[in-house]
Amino acid sequence: MSAVPSSTVAMPQARAMAIEAKGLVKRFDGILAVDGVDIAVPEGAIYGVLGPNGAGKTTTLRMLLGIIDPDEGVRRVFGHDRPHEIARLVGYLPEERGLYPAMKCDEAIAFMGALRGLPLAEGRARGRELLERHGMGHAVDRQIRQLSKGMAQTVQLLGTLVHQPRLVVLDEPFSGLDAINQGKLELLIRDLAADGATVIFSTHVIHHAERLCDDVAIIAGGKVPYAGSVDTARDRIPAQVRLETARVEGRWRAALPADARHDAKAAGSHFWYFALPETGTEALLRALIEGEAGVLSLSIERAGLHDAFVAIAGEAAARALEDTKEETRG
Amino acid sequence: MSEPLASSRLGTLQAAWVVARRDFVAVLFSRAFLFFMLGPLFPVAVGGLAGNIGGQVERTAHSNTLALAMAPADAAAMIAAAGATGPRLAASIPNFAAVPAGDPRVILADRGKGYAAVVSGTPAAPRLTGPQAEIDRWSGAVGLLAAQAAGTSRIAFAPVAVSPVEQTTATARTDRIRTAQAAQLLLFLLTMLLAGMVLSNLVEEKANKIIEVLAAAIPMDAVFLGKLFAMLGVSFVGIAVWGAAAGVFLLASGSGASLPVPALGWPLFAALGVAYFAMAYLLLGALFLSIGALASTVREVQTLSMPVTMLQLLVFFLAAYALGSPGGAIELAAAVFPLSSPFAMLARAAVSDALWPHALALAWQALCVLVLVRTGALLFRARVMKSGPARDRARRKGFRIRRPVDTAVS
Repeated sequence: MSAVPSSTVAMPQARAMAIEAKGLVKRFDGILAVDGVDIAVPEGAIYGVLGPNGAGKTTTLRMLLGIIDPDEGVRRVFGHDRPHEIARLVGYLPEERGLYPAMKCDEAIAFMGALRGLPLAEGRARGRELLERHGMGHAVDRQIRQLSKGMAQTVQLLGTLVHQPRLVVLDEPFSGLDAINQGKLELLIRDLAADGATVIFSTHVIHHAERLCDDVAIIAGGKVPYAGSVDTARDRIPAQVRLETARVEGRWRAALPADARHDAKAAGSHFWYFALPETGTEALLRALIEGEAGVLSLSIERAGLHDAFVAIAGEAAARALEDTKEETRG
Repeated sequence: MSEPLASSRLGTLQAAWVVARRDFVAVLFSRAFLFFMLGPLFPVAVGGLAGNIGGQVERTAHSNTLALAMAPADAAAMIAAAGATGPRLAASIPNFAAVPAGDPRVILADRGKGYAAVVSGTPAAPRLTGPQAEIDRWSGAVGLLAAQAAGTSRIAFAPVAVSPVEQTTATARTDRIRTAQAAQLLLFLLTMLLAGMVLSNLVEEKANKIIEVLAAAIPMDAVFLGKLFAMLGVSFVGIAVWGAAAGVFLLASGSGASLPVPALGWPLFAALGVAYFAMAYLLLGALFLSIGALASTVREVQTLSMPVTMLQLLVFFLAAYALGSPGGAIELAAAVFPLSSPFAMLARAAVSDALWPHALALAWQALCVLVLVRTGALLFRARVMKSGPARDRARRKGFRIRRPVDTAVS
């Protein structure tokens, strides 16, 4: 037996990919809906597809799952280039929710499991268990038509998960849910990832992606101008500095960028707003102290995903994202 | 990846079974099935009502009574002659009603009586007054009865020995054609009812928006096959119930033996009837599902189904017309055209005892079902699963797509 812990001798391994897509193109009636989308989703990740309505999110997800075929490009799910054929490993919640109104909750869940190869009796038992676990034990024998919209949506989500898929694809899962149920869904997504499942979801709400995702693809107008980690996206925008000084002039001014905004609030108090210079935080601090700026306060804030989205996809896409949010609320 | 990925999806038949099982139970306990069960009552009730009304109209329109506007003794002699001849010549002899002698035109104008014609004069020289059609119809009989009443001619009926036979070639053929027509009509009514049910099932599916859940999990072929076979199963339940009811009725009324026997005999004809019914339904159902694939909305489904319903009628007429020209080009065309093939071949089973054309026809029809299902599934994937033109929306929103900065895919 080796005395060296195995972790110290293990070779670094490339992370396995649950989904890889390159150059996906889809046209409907000659109109380009998706234009050369590249996406790579690591196994076990929570991955967000972020964009406004009509950006191509749903079409992209449908192509990734093999519901429709791309006109161009390739996609692989768990290394399989015909994703439809590994449907048992996948759970999919479409944007347009749909259940048979006359079915009871546990039957609906079992039916969705049966579509993915789960025996009906086992599906029903698991369905009851899932309903209990998610606070809907009282509704097991209720018909779908007797449920509220949010409850029906929960039943469909549980049906998506009943066969314990390795890949869970959720198209706009938060839309139509109230704040409490959105919180529960966030927890559920985290639990799924903790259990080893890969979760990919589309959304037009940035804070869901920001809170949950390791990686995101920003999609706008059928293109993906950015796909990668949330941190990398945020790092594209320099941190924003808010500085308050006692003095207005001095050697230290050379450390501030030329486009720094100055705001004299009161006698002896000057505010400066600027992007953190490339030299970094330490160099800035040194210049301020050595240059006797008389620092009264200083805050350095890292850019959010929203800022990154604006920078990457443009103001128009960001406005469309906000419009989508308003439409959804309306 | 530890588990084998190749087997990670239900096979087409397994998946079709999952869908069929759900649909079968759902339809069996739906209002649509109740309508399907009551469906055959409507044509029977309408047919009975129409027949009854038609008979009454016929009786009112065609009077068999002639007015005898003669001297009372002459009239009595005429009535006596009709009484003596009537039982032997039955419908060829008119009813007589003695009326006071008068102008025949005035008697005919009396609306309350409604005589077909008026016989006046004497038995030796009778005069028949009435419309030309009635004169043509009754002049022979009136002449015969007048001769008998006048004593100038006595009818003597020679005794006729009778030897009844069950059937001649001519009657067998007529009977079999009647059986064929009845079978075609039954098939047509059943497929019409089922087409409505398939359509409502598809409309329900679209309204419930569950179709994408199905499309993501299993092949569309399986969805279509499952739906078709579920409805076929439902229709078999309906047919079993109605068939049993009809059997009990025939046995109870004792009229079963009088049904004309088809050329292939009842057991084989019934088996072929079930097979052709299944094929007629599957072909039509697959066509309706393909229409559903072409349509994006429930309204479009209903609009597009109208021409198919009209086509169904045309197909029925074609098959019915082909009965009149056995072995001709029209019968061949009706047997080859997929939608009319089950109707034409079922009629053939009633009038011809050759078996091999049925094997060929059933294989051809099954192939057509598969082609239609496959086409419908392809159309569905190509046309229905689209979420809208992004570019149009993007343009409306005033998007400006930036040059891609970077992507994480290597």
